[in-house]
Amino acid sequence: MANFSLPKIQLSWDKGVVLFLVLAIFIGSFSSEYFATASNLSFVIASIAEIAIIATAMTYLIIAGEIDLSVASMMSLSSASIGFAFREGLPFEIAILIGLAVGLAAGLFNGILVTFFGLPSLAVTIATLALYRGLCWVLLENKPVNQLPEFWISLGFRNIPNTFLPWSTIPLVILAAAAWVVLHHTKTGRWVFAIGINPEAAKFSGVPVNRVKLGLFAYSGLMSGVAGVIYTLRFASASPDGGVGYELSVIAAVLFGGVAIAGGVGTMWGVLAAVVSLGVMRSGLQLVGFSANALLIVSGGLLLISVILPKVTEFVRIRNSRASTPKIKQKNEEKKYE
Amino acid sequence: MRKKNMNKKVAKVLSVVAASVLALGLAGCAPAGDSGSSEGLKIAIMPKAINIGYFTAWNEGAQKACEELGATCDYIGPNEATGPAQVEFINQVIQQGYDVLVISAADQNAIVPSLQKAKEAGITIVTSDADVAAESKDSRVVSILPSAADRIGTAEVDWIAEAVGEKGSIAVLSASATAANQNVWIEAMGPYLTENYPNMSWVGGTVDKSTFYGDDDATKSTQQFNAILTQYPDVAGIISPTTVGVLAAAAEKKAKGANVKVTGLGLPSEMAPYIEDGTVEKVGLWNPIDLGYVAVYAAVAAKNGTFDGAVGSSFEAGGKTYAVVDGNIVFLGDPFTFTKDNIAEFKVIY
Repeated sequence: MANFSLPKIQLSWDKGVVLFLVLAIFIGSFSSEYFATASNLSFVIASIAEIAIIATAMTYLIIAGEIDLSVASMMSLSSASIGFAFREGLPFEIAILIGLAVGLAAGLFNGILVTFFGLPSLAVTIATLALYRGLCWVLLENKPVNQLPEFWISLGFRNIPNTFLPWSTIPLVILAAAAWVVLHHTKTGRWVFAIGINPEAAKFSGVPVNRVKLGLFAYSGLMSGVAGVIYTLRFASASPDGGVGYELSVIAAVLFGGVAIAGGVGTMWGVLAAVVSLGVMRSGLQLVGFSANALLIVSGGLLLISVILPKVTEFVRIRNSRASTPKIKQKNEEKKYE
Repeated sequence: MRKKNMNKKVAKVLSVVAASVLALGLAGCAPAGDSGSSEGLKIAIMPKAINIGYFTAWNEGAQKACEELGATCDYIGPNEATGPAQVEFINQVIQQGYDVLVISAADQNAIVPSLQKAKEAGITIVTSDADVAAESKDSRVVSILPSAADRIGTAEVDWIAEAVGEKGSIAVLSASATAANQNVWIEAMGPYLTENYPNMSWVGGTVDKSTFYGDDDATKSTQQFNAILTQYPDVAGIISPTTVGVLAAAAEKKAKGANVKVTGLGLPSEMAPYIEDGTVEKVGLWNPIDLGYVAVYAAVAAKNGTFDGAVGSSFEAGGKTYAVVDGNIVFLGDPFTFTKDNIAEFKVIY
């Protein structure tokens, strides 16, 4: 993050998350004999696949200073479209394409409202959160679609032969790697950071701000669509109430992964480590006997920590550097946190 | 952007992650669940959600059976009654090497793949209280259900008809819109009302349009109860075929002094104050204790190979014999009703 040039004892937030993940894995292995097993790893990966895939897109959006609260509804709408198309007699492969297209279209719609009409994404996507969920109910009513083709269902809940990795690992790894490369190693990625740091300045230096934002919302929709496909297969059914509340898990993971809610700061691997951490922690706590009620406290607590801790460390760091560094360096420090 | 520096760090961190993942993979395979004698069987009792009084009673019955059989029963499950939430806990059951899973299906489809995995892991599965979809019945040995589904719905229509004097319009306050049990019961209510009570009708024209969903959540059920009263001020009666809904409806009726009759499926212990003070005349329910109790016996018999869940086969529980009917289901009997006359006796039981 912002402090790579600082003395080595400084621990950046995203490295901290990776450390946290490693610790969580070790503690988990010591506290429960069932934790560090191949089958549990498979469950953990399967349980975070949708959230991780959506989180890759959410990372871009939040870094660019926007947010998308409608992701869970888009995921469910994609799933509902698949179910609807299949129930109406279309081949399942076509239904999946329709699901992806619906996710993309839903994301584009968000993007158009935000960029062409200049509306705040928070308001727009709260509205479409409800709107898209409503469409799910219109499509499927209260009749979930099941009895999907055996081949596809087994992709949804079986592992890749001779491994402990669920099939969803493949799209997850490809999409995460692509998201990482584009964010940190391409012009588009630099544009996204520039927009998040200062959209006006970005505009004047030639960044096509609206086009990038529109693209990001469409990307968010498409990733929600992919998650919708995986979700449908994993639960072997398309239900109108799927994934309620997933947007919170996604945003919690992105913030916990070190992306600043104000935009402009964040890394893809910090976010991915955060998503895995959440999955690992949930699994570990569950295996040592935490009840579902206690698990809620943990996820809420983590979210709070990720909002509060950066503020505290920043405050301490600024105070320390004021007290101990020569004037010129202090000036630099302050600039960084502006 | 300090690219070089960052790449180096990324590489370092990655190697740590890779190493720990590797360690994790090497740390061993899942311990094989030991099977064999009925003593010391490890049984998981999984409700739709753990915070519901009805399931506490259900679990009590299960625990009693476990004690009699010398098995260990753990009560585990999610805090929201959805299939995906339940799946995480089914995974846990597989992970921890349980021998038997007794489960009330929160979603008749979404948990099926997980049940299949559990079955492949050698776990004997019995659904109790709520079953999986009929097409997926192979994923469990047998299902222990209260009474034939249509009768649960039609009995509730009889109760509300009695309460409103067989005239006026009525509505339904259900659990979630995808709750399989409730949907089957509600479906049976529609034609039954038309055929048997000519002076009664549905507030929205049909039973579908007269059904409101409180999602088995107290606050939401209260809101939906009020929504019914606002939308249809003339509503004469409300059936709530879920313990959470009927309790919320009774409490809100009392608080508002609303002039509407309420009945449905209620736990006697929770409904006692409202039945004693006349807010509600009658609610009904089967005995969840029996459901849990019988399910554990069925599951253990299946685990020990003395019962296979086939249509026509049977097993014993508490000195009674239970026979399997079509669909590999065992029905316990007609819903039992609670009124002022007997509530004192039952409120202390469940």
